[in-house]
Amino acid sequence: MINTSLKQLAALLGEKKISSVELTQVYLDRIATLNPELNAFITLNEAVSLADARAADARIAAGNAAPLTGIPLAHKDIFCADGWRTTCGSRMLENFIAPYDAHVVSQCKAAGMVTLGKTNMDEFAMGSSNETSYYGAVKNPWDKRAVPGGSSGGSAAAVAARLAPVATGTDTGGSIRQPAALTGITGLKPTYGVVSRYGMIAFASSLDQAGPMAKSAEDCALLMNVMAGYDERDSTSLERPAEDYTRDLDRPLAGLRIGLPREYFAEGLSADVAAAVDAALAEYRKLGATTVDISLPNTKLSIPVYYVLAPAEASSNLSRFDGVRYGYRAPEYGDLTDMYEKSRAQGFGTEVKRRIMIGTYVLSHGYYDAYYMQAQKIRRLIAQDFAEAFRQCDIIMGPTSPDTAFDFGDKSGDPVAMYLSDIYTIAVNLAGLPGMSVPCGTGSNGRPVGLQLIGNYFSEAKMLGVAHQYQLATDWHTRMPENI
Amino acid sequence: MQWEIVVGLEVHTQLSTSSKIFSGSSTAFGAAPNTQANAVDIALPGVLPVLNRGAVERAIQLGLAINAHISRRSVFARKNYFYPDLPKGYQISQMELPVVEGGSLTIQVGETEKTIRITRAHLEEDAGKSMHGDFHGMTGIDLNRAGTPLLEIVSEPDMRGSAEAVAYAKTLHSLVVWLGICDGNMQEGSFRCDANVSVRPMGSTELGTRCEIKNLNSFRFLERAIEYEARRQIEINEDGGTIRQETRLYDPDRDETRTMRSKEDAHDYRYFPDPDLLPLVISEEWIERTRAAMPELPVAMRERFIGQYAIPAYDAGVLTGSKATAVYFEQLVAAVGGEAKLCANWIMGELSAALNRHELDIAQSPVGVAQLAMLIRRIGDGTLSGKLAKEVFEALWQGEGEVDAIIDARGLKQVSDVGAIEAMVDQVLAANPNQVAEYRAGKEKMFGYLIGQAMKAMKGKANPQQLNEILLRKLS
Amino acid sequence: MSLTLQDVKRVATLARIAVTDDEAVAYQQQLNGIFGLIAEMQAVDTAGVEPMSHAQELSQRLRDDLVTETDQHEKFQTIAPQVEGGLYLVPQVIE
Repeated sequence: MINTSLKQLAALLGEKKISSVELTQVYLDRIATLNPELNAFITLNEAVSLADARAADARIAAGNAAPLTGIPLAHKDIFCADGWRTTCGSRMLENFIAPYDAHVVSQCKAAGMVTLGKTNMDEFAMGSSNETSYYGAVKNPWDKRAVPGGSSGGSAAAVAARLAPVATGTDTGGSIRQPAALTGITGLKPTYGVVSRYGMIAFASSLDQAGPMAKSAEDCALLMNVMAGYDERDSTSLERPAEDYTRDLDRPLAGLRIGLPREYFAEGLSADVAAAVDAALAEYRKLGATTVDISLPNTKLSIPVYYVLAPAEASSNLSRFDGVRYGYRAPEYGDLTDMYEKSRAQGFGTEVKRRIMIGTYVLSHGYYDAYYMQAQKIRRLIAQDFAEAFRQCDIIMGPTSPDTAFDFGDKSGDPVAMYLSDIYTIAVNLAGLPGMSVPCGTGSNGRPVGLQLIGNYFSEAKMLGVAHQYQLATDWHTRMPENI
Repeated sequence: MQWEIVVGLEVHTQLSTSSKIFSGSSTAFGAAPNTQANAVDIALPGVLPVLNRGAVERAIQLGLAINAHISRRSVFARKNYFYPDLPKGYQISQMELPVVEGGSLTIQVGETEKTIRITRAHLEEDAGKSMHGDFHGMTGIDLNRAGTPLLEIVSEPDMRGSAEAVAYAKTLHSLVVWLGICDGNMQEGSFRCDANVSVRPMGSTELGTRCEIKNLNSFRFLERAIEYEARRQIEINEDGGTIRQETRLYDPDRDETRTMRSKEDAHDYRYFPDPDLLPLVISEEWIERTRAAMPELPVAMRERFIGQYAIPAYDAGVLTGSKATAVYFEQLVAAVGGEAKLCANWIMGELSAALNRHELDIAQSPVGVAQLAMLIRRIGDGTLSGKLAKEVFEALWQGEGEVDAIIDARGLKQVSDVGAIEAMVDQVLAANPNQVAEYRAGKEKMFGYLIGQAMKAMKGKANPQQLNEILLRKLS
Repeated sequence: MSLTLQDVKRVATLARIAVTDDEAVAYQQQLNGIFGLIAEMQAVDTAGVEPMSHAQELSQRLRDDLVTETDQHEKFQTIAPQVEGGLYLVPQVIE
């Protein structure tokens, strides 16, 4: 059951071979057994999950089920869900019961999906290892000494360990793709604006984008059909006709031109990852695709640009956490300023404070042009690199992450080293393009490797098809960690 | 030394939209605390702003009315600072690319006209309110006002002294009310002024160091704050001191300004373009559509009044001081069927005096257009003398009924019967032989005395013109 | 360029985050490391390049001026640190 695809689960539910309550209970039981060690979930509420499941069963019985009605899913704890504690991995929101639903959450509810719980994450999505969560790091189900990646590490680990059939994630600089790669699952970051940001706690508004995390590209496509769509409450949500993201799954790959950016295969890429990615590319050639060398010359600059723009936006986005209307307020304080300073000092963790301070500094008087403005200009150069590249190829491929999952503590003391590990994913967010990670092998340490796919704007359906064809020919995506 | 006072104003006008600038909450004034503050207004995590078309439309109207440039592309920026009435920790405003740029407003101070240049007008959101009641020494925060649309209209430092500043503020106030983009209610904070005040030696062309005085919500406070502040700065200068650029608050109870402590470290607002909002693009077509739907503006209407009604420029200026007054005037002239100057006199005289006494707007006048028109007609047709018409007006104001009924009830009808007037004149002449003799001896002043006696004898009801003619005839 | 301890404290004040002297020293070190990374960007010639604020070159969508919200303050205030009479309470504000 736990390795069954969404399509098959939906069929079983539709034929009433299994009820949503039974299916939900399978996952709740697995969570009860495995989560204490993996720490993939921050908040569970069995009664609510089962009530969702009963409602789904009633809907199926009444004959008006949607394709994913009755399927359980896990939401990253960055999405507000009415009545659910929504912490964003922070002490700041330890007691925050969200009073409304994010657009993604309401879309999933409307589809009749069952909320299993809220998954762990780096605090306010700032991190690549899950070590910044106030609720303790998630462990990588493949090796508990290893990080699951971040920031959507809880959702990634939950899917990898089969604690949930699918999960939602968000990606600001790689936060869906990198943990997907490090835990051997499939994840998609859509084109900016395809999924509404309403109700998703903002990290860097111009980069944040939600997407599906699942066992396979096909499952991602089915969840995308639920998550995507225009939302008038988000000014950056795109008004486009509804798409069926499964429409290109069966399209053959003959004639597909795959661009290989030389900057993604240069110094810094580990041999393990390079070998697995090369093998995947060989498989694609076998499937009829051709590869072409391309260049994304400003790749290296994406890190400095990102570490100016994202903290700048974050420093402002996180100003609302002031201990006045919700969230943490220090138990003892003097005047108003003291209340602010203590509440924020105690409510935020170190990495969040660090980024707020970077952002505050780069926006402050006298530095704006040198940092923020310059970063926005280079952001355009980076986007232009991709536009140029897509004249020569249909899709770009390369590694998602330079290495397999690292061990806890390896980089947590060195923010610069941690930031550099986002080298292949960040530029995609800066350009607003869709990106995916697909499992394509393991390193010599047995830890998974992810193949990154980068498509042109709005080419999600095509990318999902390209990934699905690979998954039809290989079995990396079906493997699950043993001895969890 | 002689000092010149230099003033620039930043006026925050609350726009008259039904809903807030970035959310669907009501902007109605006076609701119970926080009942009109939705998820967006209280800045729950994850919420996002969407711009209200009505707010933009009103900004375009103001821009057109002051002959400004309407930016085809403008950008919203975040102004970052911490304050409990600012839920997001930033105010969404416009910095580098405001929606309206340039423009001017002509003001009248005494007999002189002066043009005040306007720098810009930008859209932004209002903050909530801090209530300093009895909350165990704490402050209460009400966010109902948070997110109310504001158009901040910034002038150049073109005003010299408080009288010009007040004239500018009043002209701008009547313009935004005229356009219907702001209700103009100053007590409710719909029109608030910040004054940038500096002083310099008379004749100097350089600007002195300015202080910004915040939140002046009446014309009187504006005037007094500028006067106090200018005096303060002049004294510092004369004592050889230096003026510190700062934000100050006017305290009406003490009639003084003082340093605003909460603004002391707020100089670094870290403006940057709001990533949650896209550039605001205003099409030529939208501007033209708005222009076509604009009401006739005060300046144009004033010119038209002078030409169409042949009334003096001064009268036309007063009558176009508010849209309601102008409308009343035009309706009155139409109802009377002419007599524009007489209509103007009545509005500017009796009616406005009565309205002032009772602190009413012309729209609330108990004497309606139809009633005043009838009154003026009765003057025109000789039924009423001008003097008695005032008595009828007073009765109309008190609600004693319609014009003719009042005239009948009070017996105010003018006597135009030549025989009756002649008889009365004969009596008066007979009773005042000395005065008649004096008049005939060349003392012309006596004519007025005899008229007065005759009018008094007729209880003021004689047709004055006829009385005049008859008396002249009899004396010659 | 590098941040002084005073810069760090000024930024912490602007961001309303209390820092001890020891923390300020640690932040100074880390932030300087990060700004070392960011410095790479400074040498790039961006003359004539238009800054990019959004992924899509679109303009702001406008909402009709309609009141669509109802009063939810009781629900919203169940999660507030301190409220009284419908007001959020904070330490006294001095203007």
